Amino acid sequence: MIHPIPSGTRDVLPDEMRELRAVESALRGVFDAAGYGEVATPALEFESVLARGDTMPPAYRVLDDHGNVLALRTDMTVPIARVAATRYATAEPPLRFCYVANAYRQVRPHRGEMREFLQAGVELIGSPAPEGTAEVLDVAARALEAAGLRDFRIGLGSASIVPSLLDQAGVEGEDRDRVLHELVTRDFVGLDREVRRLGLDERIARIPLLRGGPEILDEVPGDAGGRLRAAIELLDASVRDRIILDLGLARKLGYYTGAIFELYAPGIGHPLGGGGRYDELLGRFGRPLPAVGFAISVDRLHEALAL
Amino acid sequence: MSPLGLTIAVPRGALMPGTLDLLDRLGVDTSEVRANDRKLLFESVGIVTMRPSDVPTYVEAGAADIGICGKDVLMEQAGRDVYELLDLGFGGCMMVLASREGPDPAAEALRRLGVMRVATKYPRIAARYLEDTGRQAEIVEVKGSVELAPLTGLVEAIVDLTATGTTLRENGLVIREEIASSTARLIANPVSHKLKAREIDAVLERLRAG
Repeated sequence: MIHPIPSGTRDVLPDEMRELRAVESALRGVFDAAGYGEVATPALEFESVLARGDTMPPAYRVLDDHGNVLALRTDMTVPIARVAATRYATAEPPLRFCYVANAYRQVRPHRGEMREFLQAGVELIGSPAPEGTAEVLDVAARALEAAGLRDFRIGLGSASIVPSLLDQAGVEGEDRDRVLHELVTRDFVGLDREVRRLGLDERIARIPLLRGGPEILDEVPGDAGGRLRAAIELLDASVRDRIILDLGLARKLGYYTGAIFELYAPGIGHPLGGGGRYDELLGRFGRPLPAVGFAISVDRLHEALAL
Repeated sequence: MSPLGLTIAVPRGALMPGTLDLLDRLGVDTSEVRANDRKLLFESVGIVTMRPSDVPTYVEAGAADIGICGKDVLMEQAGRDVYELLDLGFGGCMMVLASREGPDPAAEALRRLGVMRVATKYPRIAARYLEDTGRQAEIVEVKGSVELAPLTGLVEAIVDLTATGTTLRENGLVIREEIASSTARLIANPVSHKLKAREIDAVLERLRAG
């Protein structure tokens, strides 16, 4: 008999599980040595709690026997923000947590995306830029190295670059949303068109296309460039060599505020993982603290190691 | 790997000649591609040829670093994780709403039946356009010649791409509304855009310079 499972889910059988466990254990070893304590939280949370994260809406909701709306978590950052605000309400920061856990998201059909996927990551709460940013970049690089990945690179940018350019130009409301939409959907033809239509500084269309070394930070307005430069200068040379600055980097989650980054391996068309600063998320749970973290997709890392 | 250091997804069909001309200008030898109609993969020059609507699929997955495809394909597949880098200017055409000549049967259907039936190869573009313009429509997805659908009474109107309007005219159809214009675009895989930044920027620079 063939009994199906939902699309976007899968069984892991012993041969693969042995390899996945080895990857996880290498990552855990680095997280643990850096002082990050592992936590587990329920896969189901109150939808109202997840909604504080301003991230994508949960794909799977259920009603419990009291009529509460529960949802499967879409990442671990929001549940850990809840833990930090609730269970560590008076603890002296910084707080360091790590996890290896499943998260759940809606998939677009026929793209080979997973509804349930395994993430390994850290959250560093109460450590501001640039020190906190440099610390998690360093942990991410050492974790990938420990897992056996050699040729990876780190794309580093900031969620505040284009918004601050738009602030300077005084672009607000619908026009601002349209410009940011082109950026998030990575339509640089559309971005160019909107910038021309609004008669804006051509730098707004040009700067997001810049990738390279620290020299491109001179182009960044405001203090975002200075903070990125400071974070890079704190990095170990071996990690710094892996950094590709990308002034157009945009991540899909709504809670990022400052530096953001993605992890790339040659031959894999999608990032292996990523993260960034979310300095306002903890405040939404009543404990305003700057924070930064990242998640690595264990399955994608496994795939990159197999290449 | 090509002389550009990139794997390039090239669409077969209407955009192919323009794309190959462009690659010639970039110094990629396309003579083997032009001479060989059945071969799909040309490893020595880094060219992969495919159906136009497959270009975003290969580029999104990283199976090709960059690709050329029409804006119509990108609009229909909105949400693909690819960078749209440049409007290449060639392959100009228009997405239109068309119906049989004479009194518009689609308007008549809307008035009398409250809903119009529309055949298309672009169900997402058609559904979104009709929704945005406040009309209820039943979208019928067809794979082959869309012009046939209103002639046989399957639907009252079609949403399709036209360059010159000749095929529409020959089948007794007239353009009622222009939905969007489309030209060829250069797209890139997000990871290649970082890891092969120098190669991709070199291509962009030469294409911008004309």
